[in-house]
Amino acid sequence: MNSGWSRTRNLRPVSIHDIPRFPLSRFREDIISLCSVSDRDRARPVTLFGVRRWEGIELVCVLARDSRAELLVASCMVQPGSEYPTMVREVPALHIFERELYEEFGIVPRHHPWLKPVRARGGGWFVDGQGITRKAGDPQAGACSPKRRSAVERYPFFPVQGDSVHQVGVGPVHAGIIEPGHFRFHCRGEEILHLEIALGYQHRGVEDLLVRKADQAVRVSESIAGDSVIAHATATANAMEVLGNCVPSLRALTIRSIALEMERAAIHIGDLGALAGDVAFLPGMSFYGATRTLVINGLLSFSGSRFGRGLIRPGGVAHDINDEQRSRLDVALSRTCKDTERLSEAMFASPSVLSRFERTGIVSLEEAQSMGFSGPTARASGVPCDVRFDHPFGLYRLMPVHPVVLDGGDVFSRAWIRYAEAITSLEYVRERLAALPEGSLVRRLAPAAPSRLVVSMVEGWRGEIVHAVVTDEDGRVCRHRVQDPSLANWYALALAVRGNGISDFPICNKSFNLSYCGNDL
Amino acid sequence: MSVFDILKVRVAEGYQAIRDPRKQPLDPKFRGIPLLDGAACGKCDTPGECAAVCPASAITFEPLSIDLGRCVLCGDCAAACSHGGIRFSSEHRMSTSRREGLIVKSGERIEDWPERLEPAGREILKVLGRSLKLRSVSAGGCNGCELELNASHNVNFDLNRYGVEVVASPRHADALFLTGPVSRNMAPAVRDVWEMMPEPKLLIVAGACAISGGVFADSPDLDRTFLQEHVPDLYIPGCPAHPLTIVNGILGLLGRKKAGLFSL
Repeated sequence: MNSGWSRTRNLRPVSIHDIPRFPLSRFREDIISLCSVSDRDRARPVTLFGVRRWEGIELVCVLARDSRAELLVASCMVQPGSEYPTMVREVPALHIFERELYEEFGIVPRHHPWLKPVRARGGGWFVDGQGITRKAGDPQAGACSPKRRSAVERYPFFPVQGDSVHQVGVGPVHAGIIEPGHFRFHCRGEEILHLEIALGYQHRGVEDLLVRKADQAVRVSESIAGDSVIAHATATANAMEVLGNCVPSLRALTIRSIALEMERAAIHIGDLGALAGDVAFLPGMSFYGATRTLVINGLLSFSGSRFGRGLIRPGGVAHDINDEQRSRLDVALSRTCKDTERLSEAMFASPSVLSRFERTGIVSLEEAQSMGFSGPTARASGVPCDVRFDHPFGLYRLMPVHPVVLDGGDVFSRAWIRYAEAITSLEYVRERLAALPEGSLVRRLAPAAPSRLVVSMVEGWRGEIVHAVVTDEDGRVCRHRVQDPSLANWYALALAVRGNGISDFPICNKSFNLSYCGNDL
Repeated sequence: MSVFDILKVRVAEGYQAIRDPRKQPLDPKFRGIPLLDGAACGKCDTPGECAAVCPASAITFEPLSIDLGRCVLCGDCAAACSHGGIRFSSEHRMSTSRREGLIVKSGERIEDWPERLEPAGREILKVLGRSLKLRSVSAGGCNGCELELNASHNVNFDLNRYGVEVVASPRHADALFLTGPVSRNMAPAVRDVWEMMPEPKLLIVAGACAISGGVFADSPDLDRTFLQEHVPDLYIPGCPAHPLTIVNGILGLLGRKKAGLFSL
């Protein structure tokens, strides 16, 4: 199908001048038709974001055709306050991007069914006379003036009414050691009818900072989500290298994927421990945690940080793995594999655990596909998506990884996928360690190419991380879009808990373990 | 799966706790307290390079010093210094009682560090010294320090053995354990938690973000007025703070740096 959209790939830069600029109506119709065809050419939305230009807001949409490892790009110039009929009915996965564009630039998606704050940046949300949520300055809002309270406090919860329906509010500060967010449960008895997740408490202005400190973007990216340090730093570094015409050595790329897979294994193992704790499987709670320590201490043994901070740098890596570190790491990871297998065999054979995990918190295949979920969340519901396989980057172009897919969609499937992925990742790391290629650690970057857009996708342990970097005519970064998989996947948690007992919320939540700051930025 | 199978797993895992976290050294690759030599600056071919690469503006000159309250321990300055003027030791016991104590100057030695961490006042320790309940609040924290506070209570570091636990309500808490740079949207909640905690109470700030704002220091989306109005009792630096830095900092605050009557 010749759509007139610019075709590119993960990490292949496009000149801004080659991106077709359509009028809003055509832009909208193209997105809907490209995402609605029913053959293997069907595209899915990767990202939709705005770039401030002197003549208005340029909307950039990136769609993916996974079966062809192809990305499609087009843009559209609009003014703040412009309106368009929402695309959510036809392409539900766009709901979160339309909400972002409304919040950030005041571009109004007419009849959007769920127009609520995404991260409450700058405050100013309120409910107008008809009970519709509006942002301050929305031309449709009329004479209604926003109440002077924080945006998060004014969050417009969906009202559930009826006999014996009650609400349970949790957060922003939670009972454990965890980031803040507000959960509002609407229940009948113990049964959850609806869960609404209000985020934005963690908003720190990451995207603006990445533009202001563009020279240090990789260092800042390490703090986007502290459990996905390697994944976000790799996404930024990959983008910078493509713009700076630099290919890191094979050794550097190998060390990067060793670190990325160790990060994946460590978090998966730690989360299995948290799941075990929630269903009172005590050996799992104690010893998955200790097993995770082996992996992150292994990361420390060559990078100097338990989370690999300071390792990924533009042009390569800052730390090498010498022979002594390599053999010690191999011993530690071999023990990690054995411990994880022993614990998991015990946990997944325990009837008390299975009775809690199985058929709890189900996300259907249809929901996962239409809402654009990614990572283990989608793979547990039968969607065979994995950036390492579909849009390979770095070492995965040479040494592929096959996605692990189950189709139950329940807590069990997500837990099992995490176990299977942890083992696969550890084996991948040990294979790479056994044959570490020679090469320099860091290569120099040329000045960034001017007027380019580069889309950089990385499969973090949560799923598809997307960074999109736009440079101006002098080669300076003028927009650095960051998209953590949590942005789409939070809605999966809301869908999963519907119809479940409220006491099953913790295991549903931990089976996803989504990032608050990754959403809030 | 019988109970005997589970017991077999338990036996195979063995005892994994660090016996005395106060004496536990870390891998030499760990970046802990920096060691500075200002004499190297005189020979420098690339003046200011170390400060230019610092993502948190932690480095100042004359004398050469690093503010551990800002430093994210990335090690880029050490790599940028051509004459070895900046090195990182693997010493993780770097928590201090005062903000100024976090500033490392040229020529300072690791041996002098224990003096920078003093126990809380005698009156407070009479009430809280043998059992300290923490309330963790993440205010814009990236989940790094939160993971490490969690890890401090796992079977390896086992902070619980000293009577230090994290509780689910501010009403039950003796100390607020604050992480993150304090985002504007979280500032009211931080205040609420503090006000709901009964007296006497302690304020602990962990990680470069909480101490100074870290890499986010100049973001307009922060509101750090709470920390301008309340002086912390304990500063635990790092990015994120290492569990051993957390454990040793809290034990120091409780006056339990050395094995003694109340210690295990």
